[in-house]
Amino acid sequence: MEKRGHYLEIIIKNFLGFWALFSGFLFPFIIFLILFYESRLAIKNFGIVKFLTTSTWDPVSQTFGGLPMIVGTLISTFIAVLIAAPVAIGIAIFITELAPSWLKGVITSAIELLAAIPSIIYGMWGFLILANFMRSYVEPFLQKIFSPFPLLGKLFSGPPTGIDVFTTSLVLSIMIIPFMASVVKDSFNLVPSVMKESAYSLGATKWEVIKDVVIPYTISGITGGLVLSTGRALGETMAVTFLAGNVAQIPSSLFYPFTTITVALANQFTEADTPLYLSSLFYLSLILFVLSFIILSFAKIMVLRLQKRWK
Amino acid sequence: MRKIIWILSFFIIFAIYGCKKASERTEVKKFLNGAGASFPYPLYANWAAGYYKLTGIKINYQSIGSGGGIRQIAEKTVDFGASDMPLPPEEVESKKLLQFPTVIGAIVPVVNLPEVKNSHLILDGKTLCGIYLGEIIKWNDPRIKALNPELELPANSITPVYRADASGTTAIFTKYLSQVCNDWKKEVGFGTAVKWPIGIGAKGNEGVANYVKRTPYTIGYVEIAYAVQNRLFYVRLKNSAGNVVEPEEKNIKEATLYSSLDPSKHFYAWLTNAPGKEAWPIVGATYILLSREKKDTNKEVIKFFDWAFKNGDQVAENLTYVPLPEEIKEKIRFYWKKYEIY
Repeated sequence: MEKRGHYLEIIIKNFLGFWALFSGFLFPFIIFLILFYESRLAIKNFGIVKFLTTSTWDPVSQTFGGLPMIVGTLISTFIAVLIAAPVAIGIAIFITELAPSWLKGVITSAIELLAAIPSIIYGMWGFLILANFMRSYVEPFLQKIFSPFPLLGKLFSGPPTGIDVFTTSLVLSIMIIPFMASVVKDSFNLVPSVMKESAYSLGATKWEVIKDVVIPYTISGITGGLVLSTGRALGETMAVTFLAGNVAQIPSSLFYPFTTITVALANQFTEADTPLYLSSLFYLSLILFVLSFIILSFAKIMVLRLQKRWK
Repeated sequence: MRKIIWILSFFIIFAIYGCKKASERTEVKKFLNGAGASFPYPLYANWAAGYYKLTGIKINYQSIGSGGGIRQIAEKTVDFGASDMPLPPEEVESKKLLQFPTVIGAIVPVVNLPEVKNSHLILDGKTLCGIYLGEIIKWNDPRIKALNPELELPANSITPVYRADASGTTAIFTKYLSQVCNDWKKEVGFGTAVKWPIGIGAKGNEGVANYVKRTPYTIGYVEIAYAVQNRLFYVRLKNSAGNVVEPEEKNIKEATLYSSLDPSKHFYAWLTNAPGKEAWPIVGATYILLSREKKDTNKEVIKFFDWAFKNGDQVAENLTYVPLPEEIKEKIRFYWKKYEIY
């Protein structure tokens, strides 16, 4: 009987180990290989540097360059995280430190509900309601305010259409706030109350406790939340395709239409009729894969370094 | 204990084997699998439902896009493929396929001009091309004014809207622009997706229709059904004969009559800018592709489409497609006979 248990243990251990290895390492590696294999025609045709720096995407003349999509992906993700981060941290602070206990549960579940809304609904809401509102009120207003300033004015120039970088990033930020907020909130809850109480006993105000105890203690949790939501914003497709305007150009202001890698894939995959066209789309997805990998590992390294510093 | 396991596993193996056999038997007779263009999907699904009631043969049509349809039929993973863009005869030959049209559709330019509260705006190929090239940027441009002397046109700038997803609708529309406008042919060309010089891309026919409906001073192009459903104001067009025409059924049908839908060229033809006094200029057909090597399956597929040609016109019209005229259907039957599948 004892022997049997021993074998069982070995089998289960190996089985679980295999799955961990498979899903954690082999699976992404296989995906990478497949993407690489499928995009070999485009890689051969356009090379790496040329594909990354060409801004024409013309299926008729079969010239494909990924720059507009790559730039669009990075810009919209960056702005979305920029808008979402302070809001999410603010929500987390409010829930953990400021809100009366009866309100905590209500707000927490409301935020979690926000995360449960499918992205297509964000897209349709953005396209049918928010875009009109942005076009007729918000964007002209922003232009009026910022046009006297030389650099900022340029950022907000162009005809307000509501279907542009600005609206897209705004909707993206709303989509990632719940993720960010719940991760940050959880790490705030992990701050030992001894630390907070000792700070209070030294005469620190609430603001000082948050600024000097809670946030430094949880900096790796905050970064983790940022990274998780960056991943989501990078890969978001449905909402973006409704709002981006889908123009393969590098936007010169926040009010210009643009496109991202995922949107280009979703829109063009079904009708890509030549091998080179299809291969170029695979090439784009390979770039997105590598891009997310680089960004996530960069963030991971940052988290590790921060953790070391605070130990 | 061990014996029971052995017996059980035998049973399971036989059961799986039996199931596989059974499904193979029925698949040939009871199922036909098709894949391709999304534009005719509602129609094929409707036809398939009627055909199933009558014969018990189930037709699975997956609307995965024309590109996918062409790939899958070339690899013979489906029984028929569907494409919104005809393949050139050489490609049909080299891929060992057969090709024929099933139904036609019209594309209409739609506008949102708060000053013009009806479908009275008139454009011709040249001005439409100018708008989409970004050469005509204001609604009160003299070139638009010349066609609409009696309309009050605003001085606002035009926002052209196009399909962001690659689509047959775009192929037909850009083909028309290439035919009527040399600059377009040189600078942009035609295809399911092109490099648009100006404008905003919206997803799907619904996306374009909705954006135009909600945004003043826009112009877009949609399948006629979407213009009707969304109560959009369409543009009347000047056709190649120089007449201003409405997108009515008889005008759309007229476009096919003078076209070169020719069995010897596998029906490769563009119906855009067709001659004919009243012909609507932006018309296209959607096509079925068959693999030549699968003769028996093809016969089954043809039976379905022959039935649909005979009994499906009313359904097509209800769904705002335009059925092929009888003359073209006869040509298609002749084509089927030629390849011995009818």
